[in-house]
Amino acid sequence: MSDVTSDTALAAAKSAKVETPFQRFRAEFFESKIATVALGVFLIIVLLAILAPWITPQNPYDLAQVSVMDGRLPPGSEAFDGYTMWLGSDGSGRDLYSAILYGLRISLTVGLASGVIALLIGMAIGLIAAYAGGRIEAFIMRIVDLQLSFPASLVALMMVAALGKGVDKIILALVIAQWAYYARTVRATALVERGKEYVEAAQCLGISRSRVVFRHILPNCMAPLIVVGTVQTASAISLEATLSFLGVGLPQTEPSIGVLIANGFEYMLSGRYWISVFPGVALLLTVVSINLVGDHLRDVLNPRLRK
Amino acid sequence: MSAVLEVSGLKTHFFTHAGVVKAVDGVDFTVSKGEVMGLVGESGSGKSITGFSILGLIDQPGRIVEGSIKFNGDEIANAPEKKLKTLRGNRISMIFQDPMMTLNPVLRVDTQMIEAILAHEKVSKQTAWERSRDALGLVGIPSPEERLQAYPHQLSGGMRQRVAIATAFLNKPDLIIADEPTTALDVTIQAQIIHEAQKLTKQTGTAMIWITHDLAVVAGLAERISVMYAGRIVEQGGIDDVIDRPLHPYTVGLLGSVPTANRRGKRLFQIEGMTPNMLALPKGCAFGPRCHARSEACNQQPPVENIDRRSLRCFNPQPAAKVVK
Amino acid sequence: MTVFIIRRMLQALLVVFLMSVIVFFGVNIVGDPVYMLVSPDADQADIEAAIARLGLDRPIWEQYWLFLKGAAQGDLGNSFIFGEPALKLILHHMPATMELAFSALILAIVIGIPLGLYAGLYPDSRISKGIMAASIFGFSLPTFWVGLMLIMLFAVELRWVPATGRGDLGSFLGFQSSLFTLDGLSHLFLPALNLALLKISLAIRLTRAGVREAMGQDYVKYARAKGLSTRRIILVHVMKNIMIPVVTVMGLEFGSLIGFSVVTETIFAWPGMGKLLIDAILQLDRPVVVAYLMIIVLFFVLINLIVDILYSILDPRVRLQDQGA
Ligand SMILES: Nc1ncnc2c1ncn2[C@@H]1O[C@H](COP(=O)(O)OP(=O)(O)O)[C@@H](O)[C@H]1O
Ligand code: SF4
Ligand SMILES: [Mg+2]
Repeated sequence: MSDVTSDTALAAAKSAKVETPFQRFRAEFFESKIATVALGVFLIIVLLAILAPWITPQNPYDLAQVSVMDGRLPPGSEAFDGYTMWLGSDGSGRDLYSAILYGLRISLTVGLASGVIALLIGMAIGLIAAYAGGRIEAFIMRIVDLQLSFPASLVALMMVAALGKGVDKIILALVIAQWAYYARTVRATALVERGKEYVEAAQCLGISRSRVVFRHILPNCMAPLIVVGTVQTASAISLEATLSFLGVGLPQTEPSIGVLIANGFEYMLSGRYWISVFPGVALLLTVVSINLVGDHLRDVLNPRLRK
Repeated sequence: MSAVLEVSGLKTHFFTHAGVVKAVDGVDFTVSKGEVMGLVGESGSGKSITGFSILGLIDQPGRIVEGSIKFNGDEIANAPEKKLKTLRGNRISMIFQDPMMTLNPVLRVDTQMIEAILAHEKVSKQTAWERSRDALGLVGIPSPEERLQAYPHQLSGGMRQRVAIATAFLNKPDLIIADEPTTALDVTIQAQIIHEAQKLTKQTGTAMIWITHDLAVVAGLAERISVMYAGRIVEQGGIDDVIDRPLHPYTVGLLGSVPTANRRGKRLFQIEGMTPNMLALPKGCAFGPRCHARSEACNQQPPVENIDRRSLRCFNPQPAAKVVK
Repeated sequence: MTVFIIRRMLQALLVVFLMSVIVFFGVNIVGDPVYMLVSPDADQADIEAAIARLGLDRPIWEQYWLFLKGAAQGDLGNSFIFGEPALKLILHHMPATMELAFSALILAIVIGIPLGLYAGLYPDSRISKGIMAASIFGFSLPTFWVGLMLIMLFAVELRWVPATGRGDLGSFLGFQSSLFTLDGLSHLFLPALNLALLKISLAIRLTRAGVREAMGQDYVKYARAKGLSTRRIILVHVMKNIMIPVVTVMGLEFGSLIGFSVVTETIFAWPGMGKLLIDAILQLDRPVVVAYLMIIVLFFVLINLIVDILYSILDPRVRLQDQGA
């Protein structure tokens, strides 16, 4: 029993030393081993993707470097040009390791770009609703609710069906599918903040609405937006891969991870698992690591769970 | 008079991340058969935790760390769950503060009353239903058959609390712990509920611990009173002694500073100063920082002393004359 | 109750109407209706004929009116590929999708709720932590990837069940379904599990959160104070409260299951309307795409309506509020 007491006392003393909110946030974040590892994995993935041209044996989309004779080689085989294909090669002879790193560049770009754009647009719409209030707010929120009653994947699918293939079109489809989640998050914060007495008092004192929006709602919706943003970005990456896998996302000329997996699908039933599985593992690591970080961020940033 | 309940040296602590909360820290009292004891104190003083300790309903991170709770001579502190289950709702019932929160919102009144009987007795549902109906009649609920079919939200606050009281008496318990049962109700309803409860204890000979933060409520109801502060009982005695001649500065504060011959029915006065932080209690007497009678001695923990027909934890008892401003 | 249902139905009708406006103007303003509604193989004469037939030379409001009239009569155009009415084609593929989505929903509830209940009741146990970790994976893993792995493991490596296609149909009470034959079930298992995975995770999380919240509520403490068995507290008091939100959300998820079935059906070559949609998109069979869109909108609105009504039946408070309003 005394152990418990001294332990908790120690923990209390430790947390008492931490000073700024950011330092406390950092300390709390790294308290979780899983989240720390996940963040590490994600950063490594990003780094590998950025450095791809310098650390891969082949540019898989430079036709001069790809040889059909290298097609469907199992992991560990030696390529025609002499280097080892640690992850094997795909149907048209591309080194999978190289293809995956180049694919990650596309997948991450699409995911992050659509995540950031959707966040900005959703946040702006949410803030406009909060600023305008009254009927405009009710109207905007009705649209948000209506859109949220359809799954994002379906909205995105509909959009690509209408828009066609291409990086810009996929990003647009993902933004349209996801902005409402951010708007809803801002709205939730706005409701809480408005409920608080100090905002009421501020309004009574005749302080402007923009002050309420920018001084109270905006700073307070940042934390939940970051959490939603992480999770939605993971979901955007996953969604793009899904659409590309289905053949309605990115074209063969923009081979994201999803395209790679789709290309390998036809070989899977004949036992050449690696062509689909390795890109799949890369996708998995990316999405799961972002989600684990987001999940822990939610715990750390959620004031309700704070003691 | 035989004791239904004897609590001695009871300590219930919560081991939280921020530190140990000694919610109940050395509490002694006895409740005799058919007696009503008032347990009074400000919010957070440990009254509810005392009640839950008796029923063995302390959840993590809390537990009873010391002390004895004898029910009809039988030790029940930290007793096996199986044994406690046969007592709860059967020999010892509890009524909670907010009937809106305690009655399950999605179950009908009859379900919630009948299950209380069937948990302890092998009788037919029909018999249990009839007993529930009669119990509702006893607490003054008109057309009980209809009320039994209602959902809690279809009843008024007073009505819901009557249902809770009727449920508490269903199995003719030896002891009822009523935890601020009237706090959430308005004053007229409060008076009616107290009246019903008093009538029923008289009729059935059930002992009762009536927990409240409002001295005025127990003044007309209890025979004895225990005043609690920061996890300890600071003054305990007959209701007339304590109300007419409070000795502990905290009790004096609770009663207000106006020296009336008869203070019964007076509202609670706010005592100056903050309720104590249970994580950082002052050294010595916990009431010290708010106490006007404080002296050098008060840096030590005041022991329990028996003076003037009561037990008291204070170095400087307040003689009646001093209460007068 | 009737008033409640009628009002909800009117609201639903309004949403369908609004969505038809959005779909129509979306197709006509965002997209090129000729491109959308005329076969890509068409020559100039065909296109002009189509423009005249579709009334694209008329004012947009009139066009909308024609579209609405057609839609109300179930005419959403003919498939370029099959030459059949698009609507008929979709309705023909609907039972397979329904069967898949329904099986997935049942799997999600049957697997997810017990796991979530366990994780909620014993949050600190190793098994619970494992369950929660698995549910994070369930949320993060893309459905199509899990589908691939399922095929590789169960169909290619272990050869337990067939990889793709729909099996034999059996007939029961006039329903044709692969649920009623062994071959059908063996074909159904993998895709249903694949589709259910995300919803299993959802059911786990919802149930766990609900259980944890409910266990801290006063009504659970009160039920314990009545001496009820743990079994009754969990199965009646806790579960009845939790089932309301869980059933609501899971019911709402039925629509999303239909939406997600697009992916599962493509992987497992399941002949439902999702696979039809992807084929239609890939083959530029636009009338089928538009028809699918309208059907799915109608579907979602219907599901929301049904869930609302179900909710009002399950939760007595909703009904009362509505009567009061
Ligand atoms: N689960 C818990 N964890 C930590 N502290 C608790 C818990 N429950 C009660 N306490 C603390 O125990 C003290 C006494 O609470 P309680 O008995 O409910 O007071 P009251 O006299 O108002 O009924 C309070 O200071 C409260 O903060
Ligand atoms: S012991 Fe001292 S501080 Fe405590 S109540 Fe008595 S006089 Fe006041
Ligand atoms: Mg209390």
